[in-house]
Amino acid sequence: MRYFPLTPDDRVEMLGALGLSSTEDLFADIPAAIRIRQPFSIPALFEPEVVERLESLAAKNLNTKSTSSFLGGGIYRHYVPAAIKHLLMRAEFYTAYTPYQAEVSQGTLQAVFEYQTMICLLTGMEVANASMYDGATAVAEASLMARSITGRKRVLVAGSLHPQYRATLRTYLHLQGLELVEVPWDERGALDLSRVCAEEAACLIVQSPNFFGLVEEMSAAGQWIHAAGGIFVHAFAEAASLGLLPPSASFDADIACGEGQSLGMPPSYGGPGLGIFAAKEKYVRRMPGRLIGEALDADGQRAFTMVLATREQHIRREKATSNICSNQALCALNALIYLSLLGEEGFRQVAEQCYHKAHYLAERLQAVAGLKPTFAAPFFNEVAFTIPGSPQALNAYLLKHGILGGIALDRDYPGLANSWLVAATEMNSKEQIDALVARVAQWRGGLA
Amino acid sequence: MSELIFEKSKHGCTGCSLTHLDVPQAEIDIPTRAGIGLPTLSEPEVVRHFTNLSRKNFALDIGFYPLGSCTMKYNPKVNEDMAALPGFAQLHPYQPDSSAQGALELLWELDRALCEITGMDRFTLQPAAGAHGELTGLFLIARYFQEKGQKRDIVLVPDSAHGTNPASAALAGCQVVVVRSDSRGGVDLEDLKAKLSDRVMALMLTNPNTLGLFDENILTIAELVHAVGGLLYYDGANLEGTCGYARPGDMGFDVVHVNLHKTFSTPHGGGGPGSGPVGVKEMLEPFLPVPVVTKKADGAFALDWERPQTIGMMRSFLGNFLVAVKAYTYILSLGGTGLRQMTADAVLNANYLLSLVKGTYELPYDRICKHEFVLSTHKFGQWGLKVTDVAKRLLDKGFHAPTIAFPLIVDGALMVEPTETESKGTLESFAKALLEIEEEARTHPELLKEAPRHTPVRRIDDVAANRSPVLRWK
Repeated sequence: MRYFPLTPDDRVEMLGALGLSSTEDLFADIPAAIRIRQPFSIPALFEPEVVERLESLAAKNLNTKSTSSFLGGGIYRHYVPAAIKHLLMRAEFYTAYTPYQAEVSQGTLQAVFEYQTMICLLTGMEVANASMYDGATAVAEASLMARSITGRKRVLVAGSLHPQYRATLRTYLHLQGLELVEVPWDERGALDLSRVCAEEAACLIVQSPNFFGLVEEMSAAGQWIHAAGGIFVHAFAEAASLGLLPPSASFDADIACGEGQSLGMPPSYGGPGLGIFAAKEKYVRRMPGRLIGEALDADGQRAFTMVLATREQHIRREKATSNICSNQALCALNALIYLSLLGEEGFRQVAEQCYHKAHYLAERLQAVAGLKPTFAAPFFNEVAFTIPGSPQALNAYLLKHGILGGIALDRDYPGLANSWLVAATEMNSKEQIDALVARVAQWRGGLA
Repeated sequence: MSELIFEKSKHGCTGCSLTHLDVPQAEIDIPTRAGIGLPTLSEPEVVRHFTNLSRKNFALDIGFYPLGSCTMKYNPKVNEDMAALPGFAQLHPYQPDSSAQGALELLWELDRALCEITGMDRFTLQPAAGAHGELTGLFLIARYFQEKGQKRDIVLVPDSAHGTNPASAALAGCQVVVVRSDSRGGVDLEDLKAKLSDRVMALMLTNPNTLGLFDENILTIAELVHAVGGLLYYDGANLEGTCGYARPGDMGFDVVHVNLHKTFSTPHGGGGPGSGPVGVKEMLEPFLPVPVVTKKADGAFALDWERPQTIGMMRSFLGNFLVAVKAYTYILSLGGTGLRQMTADAVLNANYLLSLVKGTYELPYDRICKHEFVLSTHKFGQWGLKVTDVAKRLLDKGFHAPTIAFPLIVDGALMVEPTETESKGTLESFAKALLEIEEEARTHPELLKEAPRHTPVRRIDDVAANRSPVLRWK
């Protein structure tokens, strides 16, 4: 096996040095009743065969690079500058472990420190951690942090929070005895606080832009929950929106968290992405996850190291703020490099292009007879349309013509049976958008 | 020297090249922000910045990285190439199942392979890391008892357990009760018996445990836990120690998690992404998180979301899918024979390395180890030294340090895991370094105290860094 440096002679010699006669002797402590004598049935392939097998599996999939796609829902296709993969594939980064030995991990540590700073800049928050698994778990951890801060057990969550984030939240909160209350949306698709009560709520979690792509009125929501002493959580599933919309701190969010896949990562069938987590500094000791801080070495030189580890599981065990250990470090580095390359102007441009493309798409779709926007509230780069017929049927029609259409909302929102959610980013050309609209019109024509 | 990217920023530069907007500009009818404050640099400057940062890291491709319980084995290059194929990396999680058959087939096949390897009946690949797998497993067990109408709220963990075990149990709303280790390093059966009751939901066990020792009483332990109606949870951090020689499913475990970023060679990336698939015995299958990959009668694959007894979702989508691609590539590369050889070499390497240093270093539990072993540096105390000093001195000698100060039951623990991807020569050099350090400790303790000297920075003052933490650049 090409990954194993021991030679047959080495093995014999090493076993001899141990006073053993065979490899089996190394496993004599395993009760005979459960010791396996034969290898598993999985066949071993030569490297060219492995490549062929994986390539053939990959070839069975329709990928968003070779197809025009208008899918969003928390995972977006943005341009990834070529330099990123070359830097991420430096073995010094990707074959390192968690930076437990700070003196030989300054590359990772400084990068995370820079990443934390970037997230603080994007959200306007005072502190950010080294990453969570994804947007869904970041939101779940935010609710647990709010519980820990307030001692309260009611979690208010917008019904327009990503359905999978809500599902994750439900799973996490169930055994903690926390109550989950969904806040409805009004006819414009915006958060409707008039039908819920803020009293005794640990937090209010609002996604903006919400799952329908709509930009929420965050200041009012923040004031509402703060007046009742609860924590205000800004969630996001499209990090590119942070390039254009006001930062979380501007509407007094206590915690800002969400998905960072848009910051230079491919869609990857949904993972790995990046869980972003930031908060006000006064809550830092209740935060989950790893934190990197600036330090000095014995010579008085600037250095970086893990700090406030007394919150974490390897020190605090059952009293830790979270059980997270491995995070998404390489994805955080990915986001950092992306933001460094794009810079102030580039990142703003991506956000603006997303906005313009989606609005062009919406305007064109609106011109198709029988289609109308499901909601009236302003949107960023994703918009729901109510269509005459089944969104699944429309998607199937589009797929036949090589287009990955939109998300049918009915599985997660039975009340929105004919709603179809489409997204556009800077990667969708005018030509692609026009072609989509033409196909939708054709499909619509076929219905009449 | 360690200038931050923000300090290198200058006006008038860009590191990207976006295409022109090809649609009319719409009126912006949403509130917008002023500047963000992102740095602006050209592409070569960004590339140089991060290349130089990378040079301040020690990594597996540079040298020996014997972090115990972390299984820092070689990360095959072909794995990375396969995960980067557009047919995997460019898939969207909302695309129809019919357009992602290859991805679903891969997940299905990986599930089958993991079942064979661990002796379980079904896996979920959703958990993003080991600790996330633990939480998933405990949620599954809790749901199982809920369905049976039993109220159980105690999770037993040995005193040698990873910190994530008690932390996960607490997050699952359970009370943690610690079980002592016996004089051979295994679970103390008498203490276990004393702590078992009909309130016990599960015993979480790593086997081989964090001392690198296989618990010979595992079948008795399983019997005892099952006798009070509790379930047995397997922390797969140490699957490397028995893979191909014994399966947790045969030992009596009901739920397992495996770490694809340990046993199955996917890189750790400086802290992640990992992947912590969870395998269960049949009776727990209905509760698995959604979606579950199914194979239909016609051979087509689909995602099943309609599972009435599911615990729900543990995170978005299908987990860290690209990590699964890498692990599947690895399993195909090794096959059953290779996986067995992998474990045999890992265990042989650990025992050989141990034999070279024991005597000079105290070995609290003197038995054949599995893939790792734990030494005590207790005696270094007489020279005014701690385990950290030993670790830092190792850095000077060109090695990454082992895991230190864990497990907690060994004073000044050095937890060493060499893995199967190291040569006999590397093990001998590392042993030599450890022996030299013990000699230096006796004769020139300042060499350890002042270490490291040959690293990008010298010993870091963690105490000061924690006093008033600076967590961002301003």
